[in-house]
Amino acid sequence: MKTMFQTLLATAILALPMAANAAGAAGALPASGANVNDVGSLQRGAKLYTNYCLGCHSAEYVRYNRLAEDLELGEDLVMKNLVFSDAKIGDPMAIAMEADDAERWFGKAPPDLTLIGRSRGADWVYNYLLSFYRDEHGAWNNTVLQNAAMPHVMWKLQGIQKPIYETHTEDGIEVRTITHLELETPGTMSPAEYQDAARDLAAFLEYTSEPAMLKRKHIGVWVMLYLALFALIAYLLKAEYWRDVH
Amino acid sequence: MSKPASGLARQATAFMNWMDERLPVTKFWDDHLAKYYAPKNFNFWYFMGSLALVVLVNQIVTGIFLTMHYKPSAAEAFASVEYIMRDVDWGWLIRYMHSTGASFFFIVIYLHMFRSLLYGSHRKPREMIWVFGMLLYLLLMAEAFFGYVLPWGQMSYWGAQVIINLFGAIPAIGEPLTEWIRGDYFISDATLNRFFALHVIALPLALCALVVLHLTALHEVGSNNPDGIDIKKVKDENGVPKDGIPFHPYYTVKDLFGVAMFLMVFAFVIFFWPDAGGLFLEHDNFVPANPLVTPEHIKPVWYFTPFYAILKAVPDKLMGVILMGVSVMVLFLLPWLDRSPVRSIRYKGAWYKFLVIMFAVAFVRLGMLGMAEGTPAQTIEMRVWTFVYFSFFVLLFFMSKNGKTKPVPERVTH
Repeated sequence: MKTMFQTLLATAILALPMAANAAGAAGALPASGANVNDVGSLQRGAKLYTNYCLGCHSAEYVRYNRLAEDLELGEDLVMKNLVFSDAKIGDPMAIAMEADDAERWFGKAPPDLTLIGRSRGADWVYNYLLSFYRDEHGAWNNTVLQNAAMPHVMWKLQGIQKPIYETHTEDGIEVRTITHLELETPGTMSPAEYQDAARDLAAFLEYTSEPAMLKRKHIGVWVMLYLALFALIAYLLKAEYWRDVH
Repeated sequence: MSKPASGLARQATAFMNWMDERLPVTKFWDDHLAKYYAPKNFNFWYFMGSLALVVLVNQIVTGIFLTMHYKPSAAEAFASVEYIMRDVDWGWLIRYMHSTGASFFFIVIYLHMFRSLLYGSHRKPREMIWVFGMLLYLLLMAEAFFGYVLPWGQMSYWGAQVIINLFGAIPAIGEPLTEWIRGDYFISDATLNRFFALHVIALPLALCALVVLHLTALHEVGSNNPDGIDIKKVKDENGVPKDGIPFHPYYTVKDLFGVAMFLMVFAFVIFFWPDAGGLFLEHDNFVPANPLVTPEHIKPVWYFTPFYAILKAVPDKLMGVILMGVSVMVLFLLPWLDRSPVRSIRYKGAWYKFLVIMFAVAFVRLGMLGMAEGTPAQTIEMRVWTFVYFSFFVLLFFMSKNGKTKPVPERVTH
């Protein structure tokens, strides 16, 4: 037994600093604070999504009736406030735009966003929504996803941000980088209100990525309690049988 | 004898006698459980075998339910997995049990194999157990690879692209071989379909058959133990090893406790951390497969990354593929590379502890480097650990013969 622990311990001690080293590599974005367990936040996020995003971005694996259930809205409320097409309550959140048309119009078809919360993460969505700016040529751009084809759809809410540059020379070439964004024209929301809106939308997209998330943790607690009891009984059974082994 | 047996008990005995004359049920039960004598000093590491069996059953049962809803076609596969996650009752749980099970299979198997290294379980006369185990490991890797392609996400597609293209490095037959594997000029519907067939029928059948051989070989020679000594040398008047206890009920109840502890960890991941921060379910695999868009960073799942790092450490593709193949195949030779007169690490000198620790660190570190982006500094580090990895086998061969040992006890220490 002693040898086993010595070996394990030595392995862990040698490997751990390396693990910490590897984990800190990715440039982490500021946390969004999105909370999928806040139903109010999810409801507001759903409202923003259907009003601002669903024109171009489908959420094709999400059914309206699932929203009605999970977001505690009821089917009537969903049909009246969140469905703007001729979709029925059991239909998925599809868009009318054909992918081929979209590609011709925008250069790239707007992706389906059902799973963006899992592929990019809620923090990414939140920061992306806060990072739109208009450059000196009047074109929309984004510091989180440079040269994204998407214009700032919620500019009326946030207002218009302009980039603040910093120039330095690198190998004799002048390089211009954005240090931060500054609100040039205020929108209908205060910066704090817009951050809340982006957080709601991020939470909603985290939810659409994995609707099961809402219940799996609740179920998980009971499963763990059951298994702990089972483990205790199994241990007592083992101890009883092994009393005569010397 | 006290009271005569009741009517029901008499009937049951009569039935068993009737059955035993036709099918050796009682004999099988005795040979493999009730009168199979295992050393009494098993420790933590000896849970892994039964746990591997538990995970295998978990994969088969959850797999059956997944195939009821999964669609093995390039057009429908991705959506059908999301359908399972959302619209199938408890589909998310079945899928997470299967995806988490895949990673836990490798965790358990790696610990199971490391146990052999610690206590010399692969040494004479257990070489065939090790060989069957290695074949199981190879099949498990193939099974995991095919399974990973099925959700048809970006990592499924591009991971398959990288792995299949490895065969393209073989001179002359490489290109036609990759085409034969894919069933097409590129990874397509045809590839997905055949990988599905292999994943759900061919490999599981072969895996189960090999498990039978693995256990048959084990029960023929009997289990090793942490002291690495032969318990059959000291027997009582009935011919039962003095340090042996019947597998049933002693180890069935002990393993039941092991299973309970394992399930707690397993369930914790399933319910609270199913993607394990991108290790068990990779972020890019939630984007549908797109042959026109290459992901920024293609990497295999964690359990392949040690070997992937060895591949990446070599600048030449063919040499890299060969070295990667050798890094797995060399494990087959372990029973013959270790020539020490004692089996267990407990009675080998410091030299063996040093070798095992360096090997374990090299394996873990290669696994981490295999996931990394691959900066020039990391490439150099991969070469260093690749060297350490292979050095283990060479040093083991030369140092084990005359390496220092301690006196081995006659009976197991408990």
